[in-house]
Amino acid sequence: MRTLRAGIEDFGRMLFFATETVAWALRPPARLELILAQMAFIGAGSAFIVGVTGTFAGMVFGLQMNFAMKQFAAEGYVGGSTAFALSRELSPVFTALMVTGRAGSAIATELGTMRVTEQIDAMETMAVSPIQYLVVPRVIASILMFPALTMLFNALGFAGAYVMGVYVAGIPEGPFIAHTREIVGPDDIFHGLWKAVIFGAIVSLITTWRGYSASGGARGVGEGTTRAVVSSSIAILVADYAATVLFVGT
Amino acid sequence: MAAIEVTDLWKSFGDNHVLQGVSLTVPDGQTYVVLGGSGSGKTVLMKHVIGLLKPDRGRVVVGGKEISALEGKALTEARQQFGMVFQGAALFDSMNVFDNVAFPLRERRRGQKLSREEVRARVVEKLAVVDLGEEVLPRWPAELSGGMRKRVALARALVSDPQVVLYDEPTTGLDPITTNYVDEMIQHAKERLGITSMVISHDIASAFRVADRMAVLYDGRLAAEGTPAEVRDSKDPFVQRFLSTWFQKQ
Ligand SMILES: Nc1ncnc2c1ncn2[C@@H]1O[C@H](COP(=O)(O)OP(=O)(O)OP(=O)(O)O)[C@@H](O)[C@H]1O
Ligand SMILES: [Mg+2]
Repeated sequence: MRTLRAGIEDFGRMLFFATETVAWALRPPARLELILAQMAFIGAGSAFIVGVTGTFAGMVFGLQMNFAMKQFAAEGYVGGSTAFALSRELSPVFTALMVTGRAGSAIATELGTMRVTEQIDAMETMAVSPIQYLVVPRVIASILMFPALTMLFNALGFAGAYVMGVYVAGIPEGPFIAHTREIVGPDDIFHGLWKAVIFGAIVSLITTWRGYSASGGARGVGEGTTRAVVSSSIAILVADYAATVLFVGT
Repeated sequence: MAAIEVTDLWKSFGDNHVLQGVSLTVPDGQTYVVLGGSGSGKTVLMKHVIGLLKPDRGRVVVGGKEISALEGKALTEARQQFGMVFQGAALFDSMNVFDNVAFPLRERRRGQKLSREEVRARVVEKLAVVDLGEEVLPRWPAELSGGMRKRVALARALVSDPQVVLYDEPTTGLDPITTNYVDEMIQHAKERLGITSMVISHDIASAFRVADRMAVLYDGRLAAEGTPAEVRDSKDPFVQRFLSTWFQKQ
């Protein structure tokens, strides 16, 4: 009961933090150089891990689909079904989980350390809002970079499936591509990219909040980071379900 | 006119009743020293003055603005006139020494658009006051000694010429010569620039050197308050014990 209440209180404070973040994002000055630096860290810095994950996810999914479709002599649909799954589900969700592990944990640790060593307090005393200076750039960069990384995942994932399907499993290229065109359209890509935008907002707000509200020295920072990663991951899955129901119904 | 007015301040952390009715007035352009044992609440008192902590009861007025009642953007703006040196220096460890000291200049003088050369000149000038040369500019906080970090923090607090400066143990961890420098710096700031200072100190000698008024914090209240002479002659048993260790040596 006590933990439930503490949890609800904490959630309320996080929502307040989120509104503060939006308010500070709309006030001048716009800190472009900080946003760019965070885009480099969150986006460019995560490209490798997202690319590797995308390639392997596409390759494995392609092989599994080939195994499944062969039983109906429908190998031609391997490309289309893989692209469908990638664009709507696999890419946004996997990308968000990988970026949470790499960049989200770093965000929570960095802000948490700044909090417990009073760097955030010091910034406040210099009449600079730490929310505007530290949180807003990370949130904006995440909202922009999650979809970009999701696109990278889509591209490499499909390339992986193509290599496995056409070169390894020997599916004729013609039907592979033709059926992909039939099954997957821009709608499916945008469905996934919208999810990526939502995940970017959620992950960046949770991880910055866990860092910003850290207390209790190095141990508190570690605990905050763990909580940030766990709750971000769960939030991604819940939001994915909610977004799917909202976009396509049940 | 009073620059800082603290009225009946109460603050508890759970069962730990740190401040129990503290009132004090710092006249404009004077130096006020707060003495007290370790853990007596000096830092907590100072954080109320700059609005990092909110009182359970009582109020804090600085330069006519009720800091203890302000929030968000209004509080950020009210802090334009402040500088604060944290007990633990609180340098930004993602920035080198130059960027640390330049930070308040760049942020506060956004409207004024100081040129690169002007910023650099002022940073170098303030570092020279605390006996640090240009060779420290590119170094990172992690590469500095504790005393050097403290001196960089002093330079950072003073670089934008704030009207009210709060020093939390500015000389702890410094050698006697640098301690003298810092005392002179506080004096200089008062005489030449009319700056109001509040200084927390463990160093009784330096406290009596710089103070116009002083207070001894004990058990959540001010055990003595007034001019250095008045505090020295206080009949309060704790104050007598606190000061006797030092006066016996003289
Ligand atoms: N954020 C906080 N949360 C809980 N307790 C706190 C907090 N800050 C300070 N305290 C408690 O308040 C008391 C006073 O702390 P404070 O830091 O003001 O002492 P101090 O007089 O500055 O001591 P020192 O000379 O050692 O720096 C201590 O008992 C401390 O544990
Ligand atoms: Mg202290």
